[in-house]
Amino acid sequence: MSETSNYAERRWIILLFFGIVIAAYLLRLFQLQLLDEQWDIKARKNALRYVDDFPPRGLIYDRNGQLLVNNTISYDLMVIPRQAKMELPQQAEICRILNISDSDYNARMEKARKYSTYAASIFMRQLTEEQHNYMEERMYLFSGFYMQARTTRNYQTHAAAHTLGYIAEVNYNDMEKDPYYKMGDYIGKSGIERSYETELRGKKGFKIKLVNNLNQEKGAYENGKYDTAAIPGKDLWTTLDKDLQEYGEMLMQGKRGSIVAIEPSTGEILCLVTSPSYDPALLVGRERGANYARLNDDSIEKPLFNRALMAMYPPGSTFKLVQALVGLEEGAVTPASRFPCYAGFPYGAGHKLGCHSHPSPLNMPSAIQTSCNAWFCYDFKAMMENRKKYKTTKEAYNAWRQKVCSFGFGAPFNSDLAYEKTGNIPTAAYYDRYYGEGRWRATTIISISIGQGEIMVTPVQLANLVSVIANRGYYYPPHLVKAIGSRDSLNSRFAQRKTVKVQPAYFEPVIEGMKRACTAGTARSAAVPGISLAGKTGTAQNPHGKDHSILVCYGPTENPKIAVSVIVENAGFGATWAGPIAGLMIEKYLTDTIKRPDLEQRIKTAVIR
Amino acid sequence: MQKKYKIDVILVLLFLLFVGFGWLNIFSTTYTDSFTLSANYGRQLVWICISGITALFLILLNSQFFRNMTVPFYIITLVLVGLAAFVGKKTNGASSWLMVGGFGIQPAEFGKYATCMLLARYLSDSKTHIAVTKQLWPAIAIICVPILLIILQNDVGSAIPFVFLVLVLYREGLTGWVLTIGFTLIVLLILSILIPQWIIILLITAVFGWIYWKQHKHRKYRAGIITAYCIAVLYAVCVHGLYEHALKDYQKARIEVVLGLNHDTKGIGYNVNQSKIAIGSGGLFGQGFMKGTQTTMNFVPEQSTDFIFCTIGEEWGFIGSAILLLLYAWLIYRIINRSEMQRDPFIRIYGYCISCIFFSHLMINIGMTLGLLPVIGIPLPFISYGGSSLIAYTCMLFTYISLDSKANSW
Repeated sequence: MSETSNYAERRWIILLFFGIVIAAYLLRLFQLQLLDEQWDIKARKNALRYVDDFPPRGLIYDRNGQLLVNNTISYDLMVIPRQAKMELPQQAEICRILNISDSDYNARMEKARKYSTYAASIFMRQLTEEQHNYMEERMYLFSGFYMQARTTRNYQTHAAAHTLGYIAEVNYNDMEKDPYYKMGDYIGKSGIERSYETELRGKKGFKIKLVNNLNQEKGAYENGKYDTAAIPGKDLWTTLDKDLQEYGEMLMQGKRGSIVAIEPSTGEILCLVTSPSYDPALLVGRERGANYARLNDDSIEKPLFNRALMAMYPPGSTFKLVQALVGLEEGAVTPASRFPCYAGFPYGAGHKLGCHSHPSPLNMPSAIQTSCNAWFCYDFKAMMENRKKYKTTKEAYNAWRQKVCSFGFGAPFNSDLAYEKTGNIPTAAYYDRYYGEGRWRATTIISISIGQGEIMVTPVQLANLVSVIANRGYYYPPHLVKAIGSRDSLNSRFAQRKTVKVQPAYFEPVIEGMKRACTAGTARSAAVPGISLAGKTGTAQNPHGKDHSILVCYGPTENPKIAVSVIVENAGFGATWAGPIAGLMIEKYLTDTIKRPDLEQRIKTAVIR
Repeated sequence: MQKKYKIDVILVLLFLLFVGFGWLNIFSTTYTDSFTLSANYGRQLVWICISGITALFLILLNSQFFRNMTVPFYIITLVLVGLAAFVGKKTNGASSWLMVGGFGIQPAEFGKYATCMLLARYLSDSKTHIAVTKQLWPAIAIICVPILLIILQNDVGSAIPFVFLVLVLYREGLTGWVLTIGFTLIVLLILSILIPQWIIILLITAVFGWIYWKQHKHRKYRAGIITAYCIAVLYAVCVHGLYEHALKDYQKARIEVVLGLNHDTKGIGYNVNQSKIAIGSGGLFGQGFMKGTQTTMNFVPEQSTDFIFCTIGEEWGFIGSAILLLLYAWLIYRIINRSEMQRDPFIRIYGYCISCIFFSHLMINIGMTLGLLPVIGIPLPFISYGGSSLIAYTCMLFTYISLDSKANSW
C-alpha cells in the first residue's frame, strides 16, 4: 500500500468545500428566484412595454351619408422619464431631428417628469412624416422614448366647424372627472365631438409589447394573451345637410349672424350656420395651439362664438306670432278682433309705442301681414287686464309666461346641442324686483308683447318657433344626430313630442297672416317662385348700433319640410337681408338648384359689418 | 488477461444530458426565425458532433497511449498557448484565439487538459513524494507555466481554474497549511478592500496576540508567530496598495460590484444586474422554453456563452437550475468517488484534476451570474456555446471514462 493512500481521508475536506459552495449557490438561487420579487418586476420593466391601443374615433356623416369627418393617423413621441437616460450626444441628436433647442428639450423633459417619472407622457405631439421616419430608424439610441400612434381628425368639409366641434388633449379637470382619460388623450371639447364623446371615442385597448435591449419593439408579449382589443368608436349620422350647410355659410360670408334650419316633422337640424366661422381643419395638428389662440383672441370677429346656439337677441316682431297664439288661447282676442292703430299704441299720459304706416284698423292676419305693433299691444293688454280670469296682473303674467315658455323659450332644449344658451323670458319676480311688487301692470311691460324689452331668444329657438307653427302646436327638440353606430339605428332620444299650450285650431289664422306676409307683406323678400311660404320678419333693436335683421319662415306651407330662422346683425329691417337669405336657403333645400343667380350673387358678395 | 470494457454509463448519460440541455438553451437564446447552421445553435450542433466522435475515439484508445502522450501533448499545447499570446486574435482585450483557416481555437482550454494529464503522470510516479519540498516544485511548475502563459494572453480569468489544482496536490499529500494560509490570504484580501486598513491591522494584531498568549509557554513557536504576524501585516498593506494601484479600473469595478460597493447598473454592473434580473424572474418553474423575455430580447449579454446560466434560470426556474446544479455535483462527486477506488494512482489523480477543473468553472461561472463573484468570463463546461471548450471538456471527461473503463478498481 502506497503512502499516498494515507491521505485518502482528505477527499472529504475537498468534497465538503465543493458541497458548501453548491449549497450556497442553491440558497442564492432560492433567494433570487423565490423570495425576492424585485427581479420579476425589473424583468417586466426591461422587456415589456404597456401601451394603450387607441381605437379609431367614430366617423361623422351628414343626413344623406356624405362623409363630414374621418381620421388620419399621426404619431406622438412619448417619453418615460425614468427610463430616459440620455447622454449628451443622443440629446443633441433628438434635438436635431425634432428641430428644438436644448432648453426646449429640458423644458419638455421637466414637464414630463412633473407629470410622472414612471408613466409615459407626450414629449412631442404629431411628428411630421419625416420626423417619424427618422426617429423610427434611431429608436435604439433613445431608451425611454417610443412613438405612439393616434388618430386625428380629418375634415371633409370647410363648413360646420362649430357644430362638429373639435377634439383636444384632456386637461387635469377632464382626467379628474373621468379616470378613463390619461395625459395626452383626446377628448371632444365642443359641438358633436363633445356631446357624443362616449359614443365617438370607443374604448381604449391595452397592449403589452416586447421590447429588446435596443429599445426596439419585437411584437406582442405571449402572442397578445393579456392584451385587450380597442373597441372602435361608433359612427354618427348627423341631421345636417352638408350641401345646405355649406351653401348657408357661403351666403353668410362677410356678414355676422346665423341661419338655423329645422325639419319640422322631426326636429332634425338641417343646418346650423354661424358667421363669422373658421375652417375646422385649423384646430387639428401641431398648429392647433397657435390657431386656437389666434381665433380665441380675435375679439372683433369672435369666430369661435357659435351664434346659432349662444347669441341672444330680442326677437322683435317675430315674437308677435307667439303673442297672437297666446292671445287666442287665452281668449283675449279672436282672429277677427280689430284694433285701431294710428301710428302706434298709446300706453300712458302722452306716451305712444310707435308703429309704421299701414291701413287701420286691422284683423289678426292682417296685423301679422303688416306687422302692426299696436294690435299686439292691445292683445297683451287685454289678457293682462282680464280680471274675470286673473285676479292680478301678476297672475295673468305668470299664465302668459308659462304658455310662452312652452314654445321652447327661456330654457335649454337639453338635446345634444353643446353649450346652448337659454335666452330669457323675464319672470314676475324679476318685475317685482325691478318695479316693486304691485307697481307694474300691462302697460309698464307692454314692449315685451312685440318682442322688445327684456325678452331674449336664440336663433335655434326662433327656428323651433316656426317649426311649432308649421306643426300646428308641437315640436321635437331640435337635435343634431340622427343615428348612432349604423345608419338605421335611429337616435330615439329625441322622439318625445313636446306639445305647446296652444290648441292646434288657433294656428290657422296666424299661418294665414304669415302666408300673406310672404306674398304681399313685410316678408315678401323671402318669397321663392313656385313655393308657398309662411314667414315673419323681425327687427331686433340693437343698443350698440344698427338693428339686427331677422326673418323666420317655413315652407312649403302645404307640407312643411323646412323651418328657417335667419339673423343678420346690423343689417337693419328684417326683410332687407334676412329675407332673401331665408328664401335662397329654402330654394336650395327644396329644389337643389338656384333659379335666381343674380340674387344669390348679390347676397353672397354683400359685406355687412 | 483479457480485460472487459466497463464504461461508466452514468457519466456518459450525465454528459449527454448536459450537452443536450446546453444546446436547448443556446437554441432558445439565439434562434430567430428559421433554422440555420450558421447561427450559434447550428454551429454548436456541429461542435457536439465533433465532440461525440472524439469521445468515441478516446474510449477506443489504449490506456498506455494516454500515459505516453502526456509530455509531448503538454509541450505542444503550451507552445500553442504561447503562440496565441503573441499572434493570437484579440477579443475583449485578450489574445486567446489562434486562427486556423476560418476557425478559431482557444489553446488555453486544451492547456487545462494537457496540464491535468501531465500533473497526474508526475504525481503518480512512485518516486514522487510531494510532501518532500524538492519534489513539490516540478508539480508547481507544471501548474504555473500555463498560468503564466495565459496571463501573458491577458486573460487572467482563464488562468484561475489552474489554481484549483492545488486541491489535487493537497489530496496527494501537500501540507494543509497551504490551504489554510491561502484561505486566510483570500479573506484578508476581501477585508482589506471592504474595511479601512487600520482596522485590519488591529484585527491581525488581536488574533496574533491571542495566539501568542495561548502559546507563550512554547518558546520555540515564538519566533514563528512573530514572523507570521509581520507577514500578515505586510500582506494587508501590500494588498491594499496593489488593489488601489496595480489593478485596472474595470477589474476594481468588477470586484466592487460583487462586494456591493458599486451600484452602477448601466456600466460595469450592467451584466450582473441583468443576469440577476433574468434569473430572478424565473421563479419556481421558470418562464418556459423560449419564453424568457430577458434572454430572448437580448437583455443579458454573452447569454449563449458565459451567461448561459441566466437563460436556464429564467426559462427553467428554480427547479431547473437547482436540478442542473445537483447533477453537476453528482458528476463531480462520482468522478472523485470512482477515482478513490482506482488501483492506478494515475487514473485517480487525473480524476481529481478534472474534478477540480470542472468545479472551478462551475463555481466561477455560476457565482458570477448569481452576482456572488466578480465577472470572470469562463464557460460553463458542456453547456456554454463554444467549440474549443466543448471539445476540450469532452476530451477531459472521456479520457477519464476511457481510462476508468479499462482499469482494475479496488
